[in-house]
Amino acid sequence: MIAVIDYGVGNLFSLRSSLRQLGLDAAVTAEPDAIRAADRVILPGVGAFGDAMAKLRATGLAPVLRAAAAEKPLLGICLGMQLLFDKSYEFGEHEGLGLVPGQVCPLAPDLADPALKVPQIGWNALHLLKDDPLFRYIREGEYVYYVHSYYAKGCAASTLAVSDYSIPVTGVVRAGRVYGTQFHPEKSGDTGLRILKAFAEL
Amino acid sequence: MITKRIIPCLDVRGGRVVKGVNFEGLRDMADPVDMARMYNAAGADELVFYDITASYEGRALFTDILKRVAAEIFIPLTVGGGINSLADFDRVLKCGADKVSVNSGALRDPALIPAAAARYGSQCVVLSADVKRVGGQFRVFAKGGREDTGRDALEWIAWCAGHGAGEVCLNSIDTDGVRGGFDLELLDAAAARVDVPIIASGGAGKKEDFLELFRHKGIDAGLAAGIFHQKLLGIRELKEYLAKNGVEMRL
Repeated sequence: MIAVIDYGVGNLFSLRSSLRQLGLDAAVTAEPDAIRAADRVILPGVGAFGDAMAKLRATGLAPVLRAAAAEKPLLGICLGMQLLFDKSYEFGEHEGLGLVPGQVCPLAPDLADPALKVPQIGWNALHLLKDDPLFRYIREGEYVYYVHSYYAKGCAASTLAVSDYSIPVTGVVRAGRVYGTQFHPEKSGDTGLRILKAFAEL
Repeated sequence: MITKRIIPCLDVRGGRVVKGVNFEGLRDMADPVDMARMYNAAGADELVFYDITASYEGRALFTDILKRVAAEIFIPLTVGGGINSLADFDRVLKCGADKVSVNSGALRDPALIPAAAARYGSQCVVLSADVKRVGGQFRVFAKGGREDTGRDALEWIAWCAGHGAGEVCLNSIDTDGVRGGFDLELLDAAAARVDVPIIASGGAGKKEDFLELFRHKGIDAGLAAGIFHQKLLGIRELKEYLAKNGVEMRL
């Protein structure tokens, strides 16, 4: 069973539907016992880092997720991926879950082409830097759907894939059994479904 | 690199897709769920659904269609039509919408834009504007293009983009349904004013119109209805043509 963490951030409809489409058993939950019992965990999220982290702390989920990360595959999606890092500089400075080394920083000041828009909204090609079981069903250069204004940096050792937005934008990270995708696999058509399928088989 | 997006728009009334010419003369087209499946298979980058029914029954039928589409199609879905409050945002987001397009609702109550952005994030808020030239000025029209608000369109979109709209969808009433090409004059003026993604709508008649559109800086997506629905232009054929001509496309 996959535990999809429900902490009141973002819209879980598509993610739930994607997992159902793949025939995967998933439960949307905020119950520590359900998360402990699950064989893998997905941490979704849309919105602001500080608010999301505050919710994970207030609900007591932060330590539960840290414990889960040591035992089973965990996938953070979009903001859920950013929360995996040490720190974010979105509206101030916030501590993250500290499961992947690196920081989350604003995209705009780092872009080599200032004509590019922030947020990055749309489909971008995913360039695979390292071989990984998560990429079992996708090829180099498939398109995935991004919506974000911040990105992870200082995480070269953990980066599995990037997309080009005049700079290489961290697309997929991995530290041990903890994975994160900056893009939305549940919105990335068939490519996204194949990534979720591979995660369910890790 | 990021691609340009091709977006079919499905106007839904009474559970069917309809599309008018110059906002009038609505014609019944097809089943929205079948059409969404077909466009997804053809490589559409996103789908837009406009609920053009006003009745309570029509609204329930629409959200049911939305749920059915969202349960099996995993590309971004934008929903518009009848969005007047945060409760309306909530209603369509719960049925699987990823973004919500606001038009007349924001004209009546501009505070809806920052309020929705604060609650759902600006990536969720699409400002849609129907624009028409009146005495040499681009004016915003309300009520499906029937009522001149007297508002300057460029001022309006700049205000909305500055207050939380994450994307702007510009529909030119002057070029809508005429199939003579997008309103590049309007789009260029808009691109010079806002730095959020711009979706161009109204006027697409052939694949060359899209190529010309994407050669203009600052336009991120092209939206059309009739030419796709009537199979005058296939999405895959269009995207292959654009890619061949140097426009980044997801194929």
